[in-house]
Amino acid sequence: MAKKGVADYIRETQVWKSIFRHGPPTDARNRAAVVAGNVFLHLHPIKLKRSGVQLGYTWCMGGLTFFIFLALTVTGLLLMFYYRPTAEYAYNDIIALKEHVPLGIMREIHRWGAHAMVITVWLHMFRVFMTGSYKPPREFNWGVGVVLLILTLLLSFTGYLLPWDQLAIWAIAVGSNMAKATPFLGHGGPGAALAQIGDFVMVSDKNDVRFQLLGGRFVGEPALLRFYILHCVFIPLVVGVLIAVHFWRVRKDGGISAPL
Amino acid sequence: MKEFINYMADPIRSFPIMTILYILMMKYYRIIGTKKFAIGAVVASLPVVAWFCMDANFRAIILWPDNIPINIIIILIAWLTWYSLYRCAQNDARIEKGECPIEATPENREKVWTWPNLVYTELMCMIGATVFLVVWAIIFKAPLEEPANPTWAPNPAKAPWYFLGLQEMLVYFDPWMAGVVLPGIIVVGLMAIPYIDTNPKGNGYFTIKERPLAMWMFMYGWLVLWIYLIIVGTFLRGPNWTFYGPFEYWDFHKVVSEYNVNLSEFLWIKWLNMPMPGNIVLREILGIILTVAYIVVIPLWSAKTKWGKKIIENTGQIRYYIFIFLLLGMTSLPIKMVLRWLFSLKYIIALPEWELNL
Repeated sequence: MAKKGVADYIRETQVWKSIFRHGPPTDARNRAAVVAGNVFLHLHPIKLKRSGVQLGYTWCMGGLTFFIFLALTVTGLLLMFYYRPTAEYAYNDIIALKEHVPLGIMREIHRWGAHAMVITVWLHMFRVFMTGSYKPPREFNWGVGVVLLILTLLLSFTGYLLPWDQLAIWAIAVGSNMAKATPFLGHGGPGAALAQIGDFVMVSDKNDVRFQLLGGRFVGEPALLRFYILHCVFIPLVVGVLIAVHFWRVRKDGGISAPL
Repeated sequence: MKEFINYMADPIRSFPIMTILYILMMKYYRIIGTKKFAIGAVVASLPVVAWFCMDANFRAIILWPDNIPINIIIILIAWLTWYSLYRCAQNDARIEKGECPIEATPENREKVWTWPNLVYTELMCMIGATVFLVVWAIIFKAPLEEPANPTWAPNPAKAPWYFLGLQEMLVYFDPWMAGVVLPGIIVVGLMAIPYIDTNPKGNGYFTIKERPLAMWMFMYGWLVLWIYLIIVGTFLRGPNWTFYGPFEYWDFHKVVSEYNVNLSEFLWIKWLNMPMPGNIVLREILGIILTVAYIVVIPLWSAKTKWGKKIIENTGQIRYYIFIFLLLGMTSLPIKMVLRWLFSLKYIIALPEWELNL
């Protein structure tokens, strides 16, 4: 009989058994149990085609996007402890974060992670297209993915404003000026001049889409608060729900794509 | 030599060059998609990159912290595009011999346990990504500029890098097109792909030969119209959104004489030698006719061609017209670029009275 190691004693304690309700995943039964019985791992099927586990096929870009999203959630939460979204405090809070928090790299990880998530989500789409994985029965999930891609860009875009430095407000000014030109809905766009009854201008710079986005006619304090709430609460919630739909549909549409 | 590269990097020359390179890449993907080619390309490009990096102006622009992601994405896209072509070339050679794609071999169809196979790969990817992010975060501090000042705009004022393709389109289109309509077409077009591409082949494996039209269109939009324009917008556009070559110092006083002419001015003043008519619709009549022809006559005419008939036969009328409309939306950008460069054409339809410039 093989000698029992420390690990085996730990595995036999009541505490361990209460957490992991299966034996070591070395045989078929326990390998199934470890995936099916764990709330995080049960996103996966118990078995899948070999082509679907090869990095050369999946590039792991979707998985990495999700992982970076989680990393950004954690670092973002930590940053929220130090940051107040007002024109008076925002910039100084970032300075304080830089100068008073020793060895801090949370803001760096959050910023570079945001860029990395845009990259991974694009490359995920690239891979899905190259392998034709949007074809039936996965048409709908491709659409969900496109929405998630747009939301990723919006998450990054709304976060861009929060440091409240020159780069931030002018990048947002350039971006939101586009909204001004929306046909019919922006005061500088085609068709806006048609929405006029006598002297009453229906679409003006005081009520068009840019105004709704910024809470004002320029990038000011209301815009900072709006972008903060969109960035920290609203868009992450929507993204979270859509990620659930996306993963659910990956499973229900037959798992990672493979030749029919 | 540096001046020659600066000269060639101007979109007037580099955009056609990129398009030609793209066509060559897709046409000869079987040569490019070999390991020999990849090794050769890397070996050949390393000294070139090293030589580029010796230039102070080039280093200044690529090492600006917020531009690092673009360097990363250029490297990743070059590598993954080559890798896709490599897999496509392998599979297409197999399919020609009557074999199944690599992904469909019995060995690859075999089911394996998620634990440990997939969980291990995911763990390694997560650790790799974590290390990468932490190292990146230690080397490059997140930049912070002067406090926000709404009364003083930096020059150039650039959007975040992933929107610079759209900002670059502003050179050729007004904001309502570059910022609203074209992005709208991109989003709707992407979501429409699975519904208009009814080709059942190429589902779940790399191939170009079995779905050439989808590949050619998507890769052109993705690599040339999106990524290339982002690179131009990031690295080659300086103050006043003026073109600056990769080795050029961003001199704020660089003067570029640019005088663009509307189509209506060509028509009435240059060709007809008449004063511009007071009626604005009459004034822009040629542009309006051309635009309507572009979005109505071309689809109707192309439906009668052999090419169009074949697509309609395969996918049906509705899918065909959606497809051709999206295709025309995509090609409107290169068309407008070429018209601008060849004829200094500003607007095809210039109706500033209605904020409708095209």
